Amino acid sequence: MKKRKFGLALSLILAAGTMLGACGNAEKDDAKDNGADKKENFTVAMVTDIGGVDDKSFNQSAWEGLKSFGEENGLEKGKDGYNYLQSKSDADYTTNLNTLVREDYNLIFAIGYALAESVADVADQRPEAQFAIVDSVVEKDNVASITFKEHQGSFLVGVIAGLQTKTNKVGFVGGVEGELIKKFEVGFIAGVKSVNPKAEVVSKYAGSFGDAAKGKSIASSMYASGVDIIYHAAGGTGNGVFAEAKDLKQKDPSKEIYVIGVDRDQHEEGAVTVDGKDYNVTLTSMVKRVDVAVKDLATKAKAGEFPGGQIIEYGMEEDGIKISDSKENISEETLKEVEKWTEKIKSGEQKVPTTDEELKVMKF
Amino acid sequence: MSKYLSKLTIPLLAVMLGLIAGSIIMLISGYDPIAGYGVMLDGIIGEQYYIGESLRTIITYVLAGLAVAFAFRTGLFNIGVEGQLIVGWLAAVWVGVAFELPKFIHLPLAIVAGALAGALWAFIPGYLKAKFRVHEVIVSIMLNYTALYVTNYLINDILTDKKDRTERIADSASLSSPFLQSLTDYSRLHWGIVIAIICIIIMWFILEKTKMGFELKAVGFNQHASEYAGMSVNKNIILSMVISGVFAGLAGVMEGLGTFGYAAIKGGFTGMGFDGIAVALLGANTAIGVALAAILFGGLKAGALNMPLQIGIPSEIVDIIIALIIFFVAASYFIRWLAQRFNQKGVK
Repeated sequence: MKKRKFGLALSLILAAGTMLGACGNAEKDDAKDNGADKKENFTVAMVTDIGGVDDKSFNQSAWEGLKSFGEENGLEKGKDGYNYLQSKSDADYTTNLNTLVREDYNLIFAIGYALAESVADVADQRPEAQFAIVDSVVEKDNVASITFKEHQGSFLVGVIAGLQTKTNKVGFVGGVEGELIKKFEVGFIAGVKSVNPKAEVVSKYAGSFGDAAKGKSIASSMYASGVDIIYHAAGGTGNGVFAEAKDLKQKDPSKEIYVIGVDRDQHEEGAVTVDGKDYNVTLTSMVKRVDVAVKDLATKAKAGEFPGGQIIEYGMEEDGIKISDSKENISEETLKEVEKWTEKIKSGEQKVPTTDEELKVMKF
Repeated sequence: MSKYLSKLTIPLLAVMLGLIAGSIIMLISGYDPIAGYGVMLDGIIGEQYYIGESLRTIITYVLAGLAVAFAFRTGLFNIGVEGQLIVGWLAAVWVGVAFELPKFIHLPLAIVAGALAGALWAFIPGYLKAKFRVHEVIVSIMLNYTALYVTNYLINDILTDKKDRTERIADSASLSSPFLQSLTDYSRLHWGIVIAIICIIIMWFILEKTKMGFELKAVGFNQHASEYAGMSVNKNIILSMVISGVFAGLAGVMEGLGTFGYAAIKGGFTGMGFDGIAVALLGANTAIGVALAAILFGGLKAGALNMPLQIGIPSEIVDIIIALIIFFVAASYFIRWLAQRFNQKGVK
């Protein structure tokens, strides 16, 4: 009796397996067909980090760059043009990169330093594929590395925060503590202290780039402790900082609290309407033109000039780093100061720290 | 016969319902469900690479599922598998990074370290339950958070100098296998598959063939009767949690020594430990059932990655579909009730 049931179960599984197998094969043939006729176009795709493509920040900016590249070259979103894959956890990075290689994309962007290790692995295994990584350096012949001088832009928004703060207390919310976000933090602190030595900077790390709830609770405790301006370098986590600032503004429109956005101009993120009146909690944004960098590189690669093995650095000199254009919340005097400091940084007169040690040497 | 059959039909029915509900969602959002599931299947078994990646995902689910299922059999709800997995992950990587030893010592040592860490993390709720009757669910949930933040701290401040991930483990402690990778076109399939299979056999053997297993199950069925029969309920509670923790720790070892080769700061839970609960439920808490359920879950997770790319189904919809399947699995009590009603009518 028992054996018979086992046999039944076994045959069921076998039958299911055969059916599934058959489906799989049919699909595979389809995929092959699609693969064959797509070689005509130059195709490009990107893998996001866990912030997702709609993080209103870093990943989104990269995707905008890719979209604009695609539109200029008459490509469509999808397998035959430009595309993205989102990563839900860090387990997905390698899989996503591999999947895109298997789909024969001509150029594959990895967005974020978290993907560096995965890019290095996959680039070794697939020497014929072309990769680009943003925000990190991977020294392989088939990988182009794009980095930014985020400390410069962070210094400038620090100057703005230092001059605009009324409580002499400003905050910094980072995503995950590490070399990259440190550049934002120390640049910001140096900027604040350069113009306002009395001001205090509180730093806090959320431990994630995709945790808006955590960002909200950190912002809540910071604003409660008297901080009036928060600079976030936390991707999707930063959306929580905006949410908290807007909530507080909603409750009490007279409250002067601000957020400094990052990566993109986050002006629209800060818009809030109370009793028919429009306010905006975005003071300014440290704009990092990931979109420009991504588009540049895709254009180069399309022309057959893929800069494999090179490190391309974007700073204020290359217009890769700047302050956002929306400046309604900033006073005239502050803007003049910002211009002064911009020149100082560009000319090399003002050195901007990138690590804790360099910041310590500056003795604020 | 009917009892045996219903054991199989109910989970299958739950999965079918989940898939149907998922296809309705896809239809509403304007995607073709047949193409969607076709692409998903392709992402599970379409090519060697995908088979390798699916198997790799399944390995972890097998162990997480075994961990939950084992405690369930003793009447304990080990919701702390997630935390035990995280500490197991870190402990294994720590040993993998810190020592330089020949492979035949280093690898087993790292694996054992991970398993022990998981066991220790599960011992705490087990002990508290046995001694003070503190409910294991509460303790183990809290220990999940403790595990998450303690390991983040250790990685950030002790193991590295303010970095967000540890060094890579030495090759001598790695489970990854060039042979398996070449077989599956550079997927990350690793030797953990052998460990997972051994663990399935061990669980079956302990529960079905040993006196210890009999006692553990007896405590699960009825504590008072077991005590009256002369068994130590407290000892069995602790033992069950510890063995469950070993499985959970090993699940972490698979990630640490197999898939990743390092431990990174986590912003939140991996979710694998929680999915293990669904795997155990679907597998009816038996070793073979867990293996089958893990194949389903691992397959779904791996195959889902393929859907956004191939036909543009957003990954959020894929998440909803997976969640629906879990929902129907968890709601299998309802299905069982329906099936019984149906059967009764048939008898009449």
